[in-house]
Amino acid sequence: MVTLNDYLIVSGLLFAIGFAGVLLRRNLIAIFMALELMLNAANLSLIGFSRFNVQNGLPDYNAQILVFFIVTVAAAEVAVGLAIIVALYRARHTTHVEDLNSLKF
Amino acid sequence: MAPPLFWTFAAIMLLFGLMVIISRNLVTSALSLVVCFMALAALYVSLDAFFIGVIQILVYAGAVMVLFLFIIMLLDLKAEERRRLNLPAFFGGIVVIALFVKVLFDVSYGFQDGSASLPAIQHGQQPDVWYIGLTIFQQYKLQLQIIGTLIVVATIGVVVLSKRELK
Amino acid sequence: MNDSAPWIILFSPLIAAALITVVTQPFRKTSSYLSVAAVAISFLASLTVFAGPHREGSINWIDLGVFQVRLGYLIDELSKMMLLVVTGVGLLIHIYSIGYMKDERGRSRYFAALSLFMFSMLGIVLANNFIMMFIFWELVGVSSYILISHWFTLASAADAGNKAFIVNRLGDFGFMIGILMVWSASGTVMFEELGPKWSTLGLNPIYINAAAIFIFCGAVGKSAQFPLHVWLPDAMEGPTPVSALIHAATMVAAGVFMLARVFFLFEPAPVALGVVLWIGLITSLLAALMATQQDDIKRILAYSTLSQLGLMVAAVGLGVPEAALLHLFTHAFFKALLFLGAGSVIISLHHEQNIWQMGGLQRKMPVTFWTFLIGALALAGCPPFAGFWSKDGIVASAFDHNIAAALVIELASFFTAYYMARLFVVAFLGAHRSEAASHAKESPPVMTIPLVLLAIPAAIIGFPPLSTFFLQVPEREGVPTLAILVSLVVFLAGTFFGFTLYREKSKDPILIPLFANRFYIDQFYSALVKWTQDLFAQIAGFVDRWIIDGGIVRGLGGVTWSCGFALRFLQIGNLQAYAFLFGLGVVVLLYLILFAS
Repeated sequence: MVTLNDYLIVSGLLFAIGFAGVLLRRNLIAIFMALELMLNAANLSLIGFSRFNVQNGLPDYNAQILVFFIVTVAAAEVAVGLAIIVALYRARHTTHVEDLNSLKF
Repeated sequence: MAPPLFWTFAAIMLLFGLMVIISRNLVTSALSLVVCFMALAALYVSLDAFFIGVIQILVYAGAVMVLFLFIIMLLDLKAEERRRLNLPAFFGGIVVIALFVKVLFDVSYGFQDGSASLPAIQHGQQPDVWYIGLTIFQQYKLQLQIIGTLIVVATIGVVVLSKRELK
Repeated sequence: MNDSAPWIILFSPLIAAALITVVTQPFRKTSSYLSVAAVAISFLASLTVFAGPHREGSINWIDLGVFQVRLGYLIDELSKMMLLVVTGVGLLIHIYSIGYMKDERGRSRYFAALSLFMFSMLGIVLANNFIMMFIFWELVGVSSYILISHWFTLASAADAGNKAFIVNRLGDFGFMIGILMVWSASGTVMFEELGPKWSTLGLNPIYINAAAIFIFCGAVGKSAQFPLHVWLPDAMEGPTPVSALIHAATMVAAGVFMLARVFFLFEPAPVALGVVLWIGLITSLLAALMATQQDDIKRILAYSTLSQLGLMVAAVGLGVPEAALLHLFTHAFFKALLFLGAGSVIISLHHEQNIWQMGGLQRKMPVTFWTFLIGALALAGCPPFAGFWSKDGIVASAFDHNIAAALVIELASFFTAYYMARLFVVAFLGAHRSEAASHAKESPPVMTIPLVLLAIPAAIIGFPPLSTFFLQVPEREGVPTLAILVSLVVFLAGTFFGFTLYREKSKDPILIPLFANRFYIDQFYSALVKWTQDLFAQIAGFVDRWIIDGGIVRGLGGVTWSCGFALRFLQIGNLQAYAFLFGLGVVVLLYLILFAS
């Protein structure tokens, strides 16, 4: 029997993996993919809560609608983010994150 | 869903998630991410969220990852070069992650309601899409329109950003 | 009519001063007549008051329930006598001023200030409570300042005015503390209530003595006793009528008047009386010594005033304020006479004040000569002139109570006779010592008539029947033969020495730098002030440079700069580092929210 805690722990672990990727990888695109992992982990926990919050014999669909919106926004964000990466690559000819340090004091 | 099935899909998801962040080759990362999304969709279905599961596959695995692969191919990105590891930063990251996982476990074990079993739902007359659609168009009309505008703006933004040079 | 007389006395000079300041300033002659008229009115009103009964009256000026200040008058023997002196001598000097200041451009200002002074002085005399007296005390100081620095374009005159006011202020500070002590202990400031009440309060003797000494500080300042005597000689920078009125007859006497008025504070305070006595004696002797070496006629008279004031204060210290008042009464007349006479000489010789430039004025200025002689004899204590009687009163009491004090007084009297003889011989007798002296001629009647009018009381007012008409004379049993004998011997010896040493001399045969430089007290004070100011400047400089500039200004700036410098290292431009910090922050926050509270 699978409990809500199991789903939440799995979601949390996925989030930790994604966060580790953001912190430790050097390639911009890899970082971006890890970012997607984090978003999906959040989605998973939302769906979990939705399913375990049953009202009137039906799950709480508000969370699922939120997940729907999150997916949409994430897709738009990926599009724009990749466009930026492309523009950046055209300017600097590198996707290595350590080379992008013009914000340094 | 029976626990073994759940744990299998969870293991696949986590394993391939790990592959995403470990592998040096970008394409390997992208494809691992696709598999991860598939497993995630299976988990959604196990939670009776059929609509969301389908959306996950269609949008994420189908559109977003394809976009990633397009860009990787477009920019012809080679494998990430080996550079000297910045040890302090590396260990700092590991520490943060470890702390986070610790907090996660502490929270879970303190969460009473989390050990309840799956409550029963009456599989209603309509599929869940019907209910979701009803709720969106009744309660979340405004948010829907805003999302629509957001997508349009994103599209325009992408077009502008990808121009070679703005003369 | 009777009840409004004191108010008329008090306010008519004030109205004159106001009118002169606001309306008649361009009309110099009118201003002078206005001022004289106001004093004349006050004098006539004083005569009616003198003839009337003792009384008291007041109006409420500030009434806040717990705090009340009344403005009122107290007419008794003491104030009656003082009123006559102040308004009488004041009137004569006002008339004299019309002649003395004839060619002055600032006459309106002078007369306005003179009227203001009359108002203030009459306020002190009439006051029936400490607060009112203190207010008018300060006003007198202000008027004195204005009058001393009348020729303010002269640096020495302006400085003298400042000196007078500042030194007075020191004394007034002590005076105020004394008033506050008396007020807080007894709850009232009205003299009529305070008199019987003070000795019955059963206060700590230290408190009683301290309060009395502090009150005495006011007299030390106003009557120029040692160590606050330094302003009086410098005050001679003012016009001579001012010196006569303020610094001989009235203002400096205000200190003695005050001591007599509140003598009930001193009666139960033997320590305070001792302090008063010895300060008076020291002042008297010191000033007499200093006078023997001065060359400016006004300065000699100024030191003489100091010496006589010391004598009056010593009399209070001996416990016989009536003797002090008698001497004050006679001194007002002959000192004013001497100053006006000196003024007459000065004007005749075209503003010459050095006695070694005078001489041979017997034939040239007869009226001045004879009146000055009468005044000098009165001052030196020659019987039967007025000074003899009043001085004798003090000396006799001294011989009764305190032989040491008597000896000091006789010593001072010896020197008094000596320097007056020196002054008279050098300034009036012998041959002309300068060109100006040979062309001297007598002053106009507007100046000589007041001289004559003052000479009369200087001569005769000491006689007992006359003096008792005006005020209470100290009681004696029998005739104090020893005192009279010693005083006579001292007078003759002093005059003899002065006369023989200075006869037919063209310059001073004796030179004692210590006396001539006034015991270097002025130099000591200025060194003291300089040292104190330097000290404060050093402290202020240190605080400014190190604490304010260094600590606060540069410190704050430095702290901000250091923080900025430290925080700058967070701006590394490395996005992953930022993400790391985010994550760290989130974890810490989660921990704190969920587990720590």
